[in-house]
Amino acid sequence: MTIPLLLFFICAILAVVGAVSLILAREPIHSALSLILVMIALAVLYLLLGAEFIAAVQIIVYAGAVMVLFVFVIMLLNAGAEERTNWSRIALWVGVPLGFFLLLECAHWLYGSPAGAAIGTGSAAATPGISTAALSEQLFTNYLFPFEATSILILIAILGAMVLARRDE
Amino acid sequence: MVPVSYYLVLSAVLFGLGVVAFIFKRNVITIFMSIELMLNAVNLAFVAFARAWHQLDGLVFVFFVIVVAAAEAAVGLAIVITIAHNRRTLNVEEVNLLKF
Repeated sequence: MTIPLLLFFICAILAVVGAVSLILAREPIHSALSLILVMIALAVLYLLLGAEFIAAVQIIVYAGAVMVLFVFVIMLLNAGAEERTNWSRIALWVGVPLGFFLLLECAHWLYGSPAGAAIGTGSAAATPGISTAALSEQLFTNYLFPFEATSILILIAILGAMVLARRDE
Repeated sequence: MVPVSYYLVLSAVLFGLGVVAFIFKRNVITIFMSIELMLNAVNLAFVAFARAWHQLDGLVFVFFVIVVAAAEAAVGLAIVITIAHNRRTLNVEEVNLLKF
């Protein structure tokens, strides 16, 4: 077993464990911390895939800014343990079998289609990494308009968040 | 070297766990976090495909997904704070004004 494969399996197991513990945790703050674990494991996987810039952005924006916002809101609202409820019978007897059926159908379709075969034989990390310079060149030439549009979007989001969270006098 | 299919399987598993968390959790904030988990799973698939087919566009998409997710988290958490102030609860089953 090569080192990249070993690293992949360690990070994959960490990510899945984090996701499962997000589901099983009853306190929202525990869920938030396990989500941070998932995000950091994914950042290591991005490094393994040769996308250094995306890995850095993942750590700074996701694990840093977004999760700090989540933890801050959990602390602010003093969110305690959630109470468990019995889920409805329709969800149990119809929803779960239909979900499994959909999963089987997707797997069957992917297994038989040429797209699935192409995915199966492709190999990641066969070439040198994608450089950040090339990525930024794409971002500021071909994708300049979406880039500017997202800056407007962020401005609107800031204003919207301020208006929504303001207390009425 | 790690095959692309491994990354895609991990991405699918994480997305599925995100869907399960979205359906089973009762707390608004945790439901929000499961949406973030699903976005992360999709990002992993994007990066794996970008790597496999030597296209930069996938990485640019991941960049935009991260930016939009940050904006979405800001607005969504503001809505959560408003709900918590108005209804005094974070349980989604008690926020049922539009429910039939």
